[in-house]
Amino acid sequence: MAEASGLIEAHELTKRFGDKVAVDHLSFTVEPGRVTGFLGPNGAGKSTTMRLILGLDRPQSGTATIGGLAYHQLDRPLHTVGALLEARSLHPGRSARNHLLFLAETQGFPARRADEVIDLVGLRAVARKRVGGFSLGMTQRLGIAAAMLGDPRVLLLDEPVNGLDPEGIRWVRTFMRQLAAEGRTIFVSSHLMSEMAVTADHLIVIGRGRLIADSTTQEFIQRSSERSVLVRTPDPDRLRELVTGEGGIIQGEDGPDGAASLIVTGLPAPRIGELAASASVVLHELTPRLASLEEAFMELTADSVEYGDPNAPTGDARRPAERSAP
Amino acid sequence: MSAAQVPSAPAMGTVIAAGPSRLGFGRLLVAEWTKIRSVQSTVWSLLAFVVVAVGFSTLVATVISHDWNTPGNHPNHARLVTDPTAVIFGAGLGLGQLAICVLGAIVITSEYTSGTIRASLLAVPNRIPMLTAKALVFAAIDFVVSAITVFAVFFITTAILRSHVSITLGQPGVARAVIGAILYLTVLGLFALAIGGLIRHTAGAVAIVIATVIVVPPLVSLIPGTIANHIHGYLPTVAGELVAQTSQQPGDVLSGWQGFGVFCLWTAVLLVACAWLLVRRDA
Repeated sequence: MAEASGLIEAHELTKRFGDKVAVDHLSFTVEPGRVTGFLGPNGAGKSTTMRLILGLDRPQSGTATIGGLAYHQLDRPLHTVGALLEARSLHPGRSARNHLLFLAETQGFPARRADEVIDLVGLRAVARKRVGGFSLGMTQRLGIAAAMLGDPRVLLLDEPVNGLDPEGIRWVRTFMRQLAAEGRTIFVSSHLMSEMAVTADHLIVIGRGRLIADSTTQEFIQRSSERSVLVRTPDPDRLRELVTGEGGIIQGEDGPDGAASLIVTGLPAPRIGELAASASVVLHELTPRLASLEEAFMELTADSVEYGDPNAPTGDARRPAERSAP
Repeated sequence: MSAAQVPSAPAMGTVIAAGPSRLGFGRLLVAEWTKIRSVQSTVWSLLAFVVVAVGFSTLVATVISHDWNTPGNHPNHARLVTDPTAVIFGAGLGLGQLAICVLGAIVITSEYTSGTIRASLLAVPNRIPMLTAKALVFAAIDFVVSAITVFAVFFITTAILRSHVSITLGQPGVARAVIGAILYLTVLGLFALAIGGLIRHTAGAVAIVIATVIVVPPLVSLIPGTIANHIHGYLPTVAGELVAQTSQQPGDVLSGWQGFGVFCLWTAVLLVACAWLLVRRDA
């Protein structure tokens, strides 16, 4: 029996759809025992990568393996890998139980296993109802039931909290953390940095099908959230001189006559205050700013947003430098 | 459900670990049977087939019987002697077969339109065994329902016509034609399934199957000349239907079994193409 470990490995994975490169020589490893977030803007290639790992799509080149085996080499694949795909994969006319039953039958699991996972996700009351009438939350729970059917050591979840209410989100989050604590491999995709920050131990960030970052969540946050300081002064020329003289960088400058705002990086706020005081430059404001996670993520992936309009005005938080261009 | 109610997962493994370690083909057959019986389109299509086939055959037989002694030209009367099954099956099964075409296509296109194909292929990544199991299960259902329907049509219509013409299974070629009709309907289902697997969209697949069965043959037969006549004779269902005739008719290019062989060949080629594309295409 091909019994695979819980390690997911992608090696130089490449997938093109016509001229469009969806996944571009992507290599990474997903370790067991932790929640690995798979982060990227919409259209970055997250779903395609997951489909390649699961053998639903064929890569042009490269390999994806689970415990060293390609998906199609797994005996009873649902016993090794459970997957929740973003796209619907249920017949609306079939009952929840029959959906799980046929899946169980393909693996040689007894029928009561279908009932067990129905109870696991709390769908017993609607188990024999047609899934066409299910809410998004119920459909998502059924998808998780299907993923858990084989008690797999590896779980791939594509945007599992999409469309869920806060309670559903908390439920999924707790569930993932618990499964990871049991030593399973949890690979979960999201386009929301804030969601991953509270769920994932490790992050794999991609944009336009390429790897952007592969690090622990903590490292990623520290590295990405660059500190900047907002300084307002009626004497911007003098301050600019002082700041750049000390190695600070003016990221942006803004404001009409009288009181210009400068965004400074590379110098802590107290040092800027001291410099201004020593040169008797009046400051109207001196505010340290910590980029939010979402900003950090946006900054990191800004160049790789698939459908973005390059000429569109960017948000304040996203591109301070552009905002202040005269 | 609150987060606190998430059950502990390790206990879940016990049932699985006790299970068999290898996937047998039998399991795929069981799973495909569950799939096909658990959607209503199967029941409705088969019901439509039986009702239309039996109902329309009964109606036509009744009209023939009723008009038997009225003056006028009755081409059916001579045909009922030379080729009784063509008359008996022509009307009801000719119409009812469309339900088989629809079901055959839907069995596979519904996997794509609903996305079930992804769940199916995650469970059974080896695609050809999955397709084989699906085709076998559907063919078995098609065969059983067709057998019941064909025999029902045969016995009901021959009973209605008994006072005018005697048709029994013992007459030369009749039993062959009855079995032939069942086999034709079974292969027709697979023919539709293969096209469904190639097209992957319900509307498109159903349109193509029905066009192949009822639109193309009369159009081709309008083309004059012997070449067109041969092309017409080798069209899938034109050839396939010959096996449901009691005897070869003047103008038929092929004999009953030859025609059935041609139809099987068409179906086999389409099934192979379907399997080849299933393996090659992204799901």
